[in-house]
Amino acid sequence: MLDTLLPILIFAALVVAAIGAWRRSRLWRQGRPARVDLIKGLAAMPRRYLVDLHHVVERDKVMSHTHVATAGGFVAAALLMILVHGLGLAEGVLGWLLLLASTSMFVGSLFVARRRRNPPARLSRGPWMRLPKSLMAFSVSVFIITLPSVGLLPEGLLTGAVGTLFALILAALVTWGLAEMLVGMGWGGPMKHAFAGALHLAFHRRPERFSTRDGGEGRSTGLKALDLNDPDATLGVEKPSDFTWNQLLGFDACVQCGRCEAVCPAFAAGQPLNPKKLIQDMVVGLAGGSDAEYTGSPYPDRPVGEHHGTPHGPIVARDGKALVDSETLWSCTTCRACVEECPMMIEHVDAIVDMRRFLTLEQGETPGKGAEVLDNLIATDNPGGFDPGARMHWAADLELPLMSQRGEAEVLLWLGDGAYDMRNQRTLRAFIKVMRAAGVDFAVLGDEERDSGDVARRLGDEATFQSLARRNIATLSQYRFERIVTCDPHSFHVLGNEYTELGGDYHVSHHSTFIGELYDAGRLAFRPWKGGRVTYHDPCYLGRYNGEFEAPRHVLRALGIEVAEMQRSGFRSRCCGGGGGAPITDIPGKQRIPDMRMGDVQETGADMVAVGCPQCTAMLEGVVDSSADVRDIAELVADALVHETPAATGGASADAPSLAKEVA
Amino acid sequence: MQPDSSRRPALEVTVLVSVGRHPVTGRARRADQDARGVELAKSLPNAEIGLLHAGRLSECDEPALRSYLGMGFAELSLLEQPEGADVVPAVAEALEASSSQLVITGERAEQGEGSGLMPYLLAERLGWPLVTSLAAVESVENGQATLLQALPRGQRRRLKVRLPALLTVDGSAPAPRQSAYGPARRGQFDSVPGSVCDDEPWSQWQVQPARKRPKRLKIVKATSPRDRFKAAAAKSEGGGGQVLTDVTPQEGAEAIFKLLREEEVLR
Repeated sequence: MLDTLLPILIFAALVVAAIGAWRRSRLWRQGRPARVDLIKGLAAMPRRYLVDLHHVVERDKVMSHTHVATAGGFVAAALLMILVHGLGLAEGVLGWLLLLASTSMFVGSLFVARRRRNPPARLSRGPWMRLPKSLMAFSVSVFIITLPSVGLLPEGLLTGAVGTLFALILAALVTWGLAEMLVGMGWGGPMKHAFAGALHLAFHRRPERFSTRDGGEGRSTGLKALDLNDPDATLGVEKPSDFTWNQLLGFDACVQCGRCEAVCPAFAAGQPLNPKKLIQDMVVGLAGGSDAEYTGSPYPDRPVGEHHGTPHGPIVARDGKALVDSETLWSCTTCRACVEECPMMIEHVDAIVDMRRFLTLEQGETPGKGAEVLDNLIATDNPGGFDPGARMHWAADLELPLMSQRGEAEVLLWLGDGAYDMRNQRTLRAFIKVMRAAGVDFAVLGDEERDSGDVARRLGDEATFQSLARRNIATLSQYRFERIVTCDPHSFHVLGNEYTELGGDYHVSHHSTFIGELYDAGRLAFRPWKGGRVTYHDPCYLGRYNGEFEAPRHVLRALGIEVAEMQRSGFRSRCCGGGGGAPITDIPGKQRIPDMRMGDVQETGADMVAVGCPQCTAMLEGVVDSSADVRDIAELVADALVHETPAATGGASADAPSLAKEVA
Repeated sequence: MQPDSSRRPALEVTVLVSVGRHPVTGRARRADQDARGVELAKSLPNAEIGLLHAGRLSECDEPALRSYLGMGFAELSLLEQPEGADVVPAVAEALEASSSQLVITGERAEQGEGSGLMPYLLAERLGWPLVTSLAAVESVENGQATLLQALPRGQRRRLKVRLPALLTVDGSAPAPRQSAYGPARRGQFDSVPGSVCDDEPWSQWQVQPARKRPKRLKIVKATSPRDRFKAAAAKSEGGGGQVLTDVTPQEGAEAIFKLLREEEVLR
């Protein structure tokens, strides 16, 4: 009986799954067109899955092995099942392989079941809770029905009254397994992640973020420019269908593992953002419906079930509720911790900025001080509304060489808007002392410098960003320099990664990288460290955005400091709360993000935290009653300088630098 | 929305907008007071708002004018006037030709002559009542508007004014909403030719940047924080001022002249 039933079941499941897959793909195709190399993407997909995706999954070893056993077992079992039971090719080794595959899948499903017994809060429940049972139903039933095929059980066993009953039970189990594992892929069950995920990897909107065979880490963190040339186009994303189709596909790939939720600083602070819920809301939007069926953690303090949307309806309602509240979008600090952790390589930050673009550019609803900051950027080229002619007042006594007078220099020192901030001026002075001690040939743009456009862009004002960027690029193009060095990771990221698309290609370094190089070249000498315990806070825009984790630590080591690492450091560093315009939009939460970060610092017992970013300095120094001092790396280096530099730097002394000597 | 709002004819409001000048960088922008006027108009229920600018559409002024459109308008009427023209007659003619019941504008332009006289001249010419320092329009009913006028130190005065009327706003009106780039870029300019009246005297004036006026120092002899706060929050002392009531223009002018002599403004 099973011999006739099985092929029917298998091929019926395949047909129904194909119909579901086609329907699902129609949902994605509601999105805007995007240029994707389909063939190349599909060819690259196995590598992206086996190398890049696995690299992320492997951070949790148990889950990684569980997934290899279960998914690998399932894929092999499904293919072999079609051959063995669908086409009746049980002879030879195929049946034995099928037994092996289903065993592997069963062992994996035991681990899945163990994890589901007491799942952590970040995991979604609902249909996901039945997944281990479905996995077992599939693997066990396939195993048993294959036993007669390889001759381990007599063929006649499934005849007679008891045998028929047993066969019927097996058939039911097979049906359940096929329904969950194959049909569920296209029809929106938990296994949808496998189908949508595979295509998402193939058609990813940032193909350059994946590693390639000839090496290269693969990093793509710069936001993509918005085309401002078509005056009739809606700017940004208003409706789910305003995302590109591969973005929609990406949302659909979410496995709801909640790793993003676990690392999101806004979620931890009780602000109304949960990256996982946001992606699920987008899935609700692309299919149409309400979020009542969502079974994970909600946005803090926002009950589930009140939001609903359609593919062609607004995401954020002007009055009342739609798919998400605007506070959710404005809570994000763009720290990219969620993107870094996402095993499905979903681009949360891109989606958030896309939706912010609509709110700012089309509706003019940037909350908090956003509108004021953007107006200042338009009128004065800096977010504080200060006089552009006062940009260099802090350095009146330093006689900084100006590019407009020199025309060229080895290093262009990009000051950033920290030039107007009294705290950051101390960092800048320290760094200039260091550069003079090392005899670096540098110059600054002075009053010609403008804001890099970072804040404008993260607040969704792409027009102001592009205007600032183009003018900065025009200014920079007048001068000759080998590299740009900056103390501001946000400027570093924008100049290095986001100006390229607008025609500005520069070699940009963070000051910690540069100091490290100067030290390695023997141009700096430090007296031994006498202070206390020091920890280091990785700025998001230096670390996760640009992969520079080592240089600051190298400099600290050179100073004789042994860094007491925080639990969340390196690529898992927790944001200070200062990025993405979050301090400007200032969405209320239960606690402040910098307070939590200072808590991390306190756990290490450090009495000083070294930083490398003006935003981080401001945020961490704003913590009341903190146990640790905040010092920029440049300040630590400047304090430790030994005046007689060993290298032959022309004898430029640190205290009384002579401009004439440097120019020579 | 009130149920009868659809039956009632919409209140026609015209906001006169000018090109402003940023106080720090001098870049063209939407004038702050005019933008507040637009915001005030937008807060009126059942109002049909038109924007009117008298001047030329030059490359450096266009973004400033567009930022009014970015507050949520599809078009802005442009009364074409050459540089240095006296725009009062043209604006008055345009307003007479329209059926506007309320005309709102800023108190004083941020560039050009900036005398603050334009609303007065316009009201005089049109024969309309003028209300300055408007804080809010409370209601408009039966051809009569109930207005809230801002007075110094946060005081408010409620006024009833028969329409049509000219209203001016200053910094006490609600802050203008953000201007959105998309609508600003899509908005249209509706050019209407206006009669041109050359401003003879203006063309002969010499314009130079104003000198910063010296500020009178307020010496605070406070010993405690409480005293310092009181000193900071206190009304500026009137001291030797006097209030003249029921005097002839001649006597008033003499009193002003005498004061200017005493203060050594006139020597």
